[in-house]
Amino acid sequence: MDPSDFFTASRVLIVAGKGGVGKTTVSAALGVAASRAGIDTLLVEIEGKRGLATVFESSDEPVTDDHSALHYDGTELIAPDPDAGQGRLRARTIRADAALMDYLEEHGLRGFAKTLTRLQVLDTLATSTPGLKDLIVLGKIKQLETTRDADLIIVDAPASGHAIAFLRAAAGLQGTIDTGPIRRQADEVAAMLTDPERAQVLLVTLAEETPVNELVETAYALEDEVGISLGPAVVNGVFPEAVASTTTSRTSKVDPALASAAADATNHWLARAAGQQVQRDRLADELPLEQLTLSRRFATRLGREDLDELADELTEQLRSLRFGVTT
Amino acid sequence: MSDVLDAVSTASVVLCCGTGGVGKTTTSAALAVAAARAGRRAVVVTIDPARRLADALGLDGIGNDCARVATTDIAGDGELWVTMLDTKATFDALIERHAHSPDQAERILTNRYYRNLSTSLSGTREFMAMERLYELHHDDRFDLVIVDTPPTRNALDFLEAPDRLGRFLDGRLFRLAAPGRRMTRRLTAPIIVLMRRIARVISPEVVDDTLAFIEAFGGMEEGFRDRAKAVDALLADDTTAFVLVTAPLGEAIDESCYFAERLRESGLDVRAVVVNRLQPRFTDAAQEAVSAAAAAAAGTNAQAQLTLLADLVTLADAEEAQLAPLLESCPDAPVARIPQLDGDVHDLEGIEDIATCLSG
Repeated sequence: MDPSDFFTASRVLIVAGKGGVGKTTVSAALGVAASRAGIDTLLVEIEGKRGLATVFESSDEPVTDDHSALHYDGTELIAPDPDAGQGRLRARTIRADAALMDYLEEHGLRGFAKTLTRLQVLDTLATSTPGLKDLIVLGKIKQLETTRDADLIIVDAPASGHAIAFLRAAAGLQGTIDTGPIRRQADEVAAMLTDPERAQVLLVTLAEETPVNELVETAYALEDEVGISLGPAVVNGVFPEAVASTTTSRTSKVDPALASAAADATNHWLARAAGQQVQRDRLADELPLEQLTLSRRFATRLGREDLDELADELTEQLRSLRFGVTT
Repeated sequence: MSDVLDAVSTASVVLCCGTGGVGKTTTSAALAVAAARAGRRAVVVTIDPARRLADALGLDGIGNDCARVATTDIAGDGELWVTMLDTKATFDALIERHAHSPDQAERILTNRYYRNLSTSLSGTREFMAMERLYELHHDDRFDLVIVDTPPTRNALDFLEAPDRLGRFLDGRLFRLAAPGRRMTRRLTAPIIVLMRRIARVISPEVVDDTLAFIEAFGGMEEGFRDRAKAVDALLADDTTAFVLVTAPLGEAIDESCYFAERLRESGLDVRAVVVNRLQPRFTDAAQEAVSAAAAAAAGTNAQAQLTLLADLVTLADAEEAQLAPLLESCPDAPVARIPQLDGDVHDLEGIEDIATCLSG
């Protein structure tokens, strides 16, 4: 398929997976690939995460700041260039407290919003209503989606235990609240999440046992409990195929100690690659989803160059993909 | 310099801290195995372990109890115990202990607001992990408690958890609703007006439940606050050791640096660092030497292998460079470097191997 068809199949792409599998990298690479396909794209980081800004700054300085370096109102990462077919790429963060204030102000409750802030009641209310904060954040995403803030919104979701709770918030609140504006908000968010033209989830994993198990569980839980469509599974950190064979013809030019170390390195690499293949096959057996793969980088901190290459890999694979959305 | 195991050998409480996906549960269990080998009676509190690991440790269906793990390689008096954090059961027990009457406990335990609070308040799980830690610390069966801290978005939430629940109970809404202990059962007029407005915007059910909970909870705040103080004191004690668990990836290391900083701000220190999943090096030769050998071997089968070796050495160098600021920020903490293994660790044997690596 044409990559732009993939990126316009739904207006919201939610990237979810276990902690440490590289959701932020995958979100960023998808953002770069989508904007290159000419699509006006917004990357959304949820409160509490702060990786997205560093990926684009490709800085080696550790980020110790308590808050996301992204603005609540959005930061432009790539400027649009219509002649080159390059769409705009922006990123923003969404914080529950700010999103609640937006919501109340939109509903003519500015004064009430101030009272709530003064009494610090958001935490109390959020406690009494599990999922309220998540619903407020999802409500903000829905508002961005319905007002067409961007053609495509990519959400770097919380880690999967949280991701299920996060996406289940609307359905959960529909079950406990019968009337009022929160109920309306829950209904509207649920309508967005269950409409494949409006939202789908991309689940990210590493080709390792535990993350694959968790991806499979998350996939079924999301289908059963949220009713959201699942896009292709993204397998991150995949070793490139057969880099070297184990049979070495010892040539006189090579230091025997190095030759032996190189053979050890190759065996280690092949063992890990074989282990990855087993997990990818198992994932394919257990989940009828297409797989997109991103290759393992020889770096500990990814920068713009890595993102561009990962975006190339995604674009290449999307071209040979037949279906963007599995419903 | 002493190793990680020496550094925690005098501790009676060890908290393993780190972000998700860095191998915290495995490291916690390995530290417990090593302590048991040294003759200690160690219990490890796991939080949300991967299923195969939970099966391997015999955690299935033990609820909030502790189970002894039968291992082959523990000699002498050492014992290895495991338990899993059951947030709700721990909270229920806490309510029952602090309630002034069985009737009060009953009213709280059946309140819908409480049921939500016990499972969903941001920080409840962290608070209960600390409560469980405190209980086990005072349990005569054990002389070492190792806690695998929750994989929170903010890895330090648990440090603030006792305080946060204290603040929540001390919050303005709470005080407005329950201004003094004698008046806890009577809500003031302004709060009722405010609650009605909230009810219109949020939902009447939520407000009714909240008010019922505040009334039912009356008089128990003090017991909770005292306990929070006792937990704080235990965390600050010299016999409590914080072990940073990390992996050589930018994001995990950023979190660890931030974490070390926050610990220092709280007047606590990092006792040891465990770095999991390091790229094995295979050779002591420098990257340039390996690359030169690869170039010299052009046209032979050895070239591809040497190129791979050079790439892996590059990666290993990059990992060390990435780690440097973290290690500099905790100069007194011994560091254990655990290599990336060929597969996942999901059985006792794998954990025992890691325990051996920790002492090396």
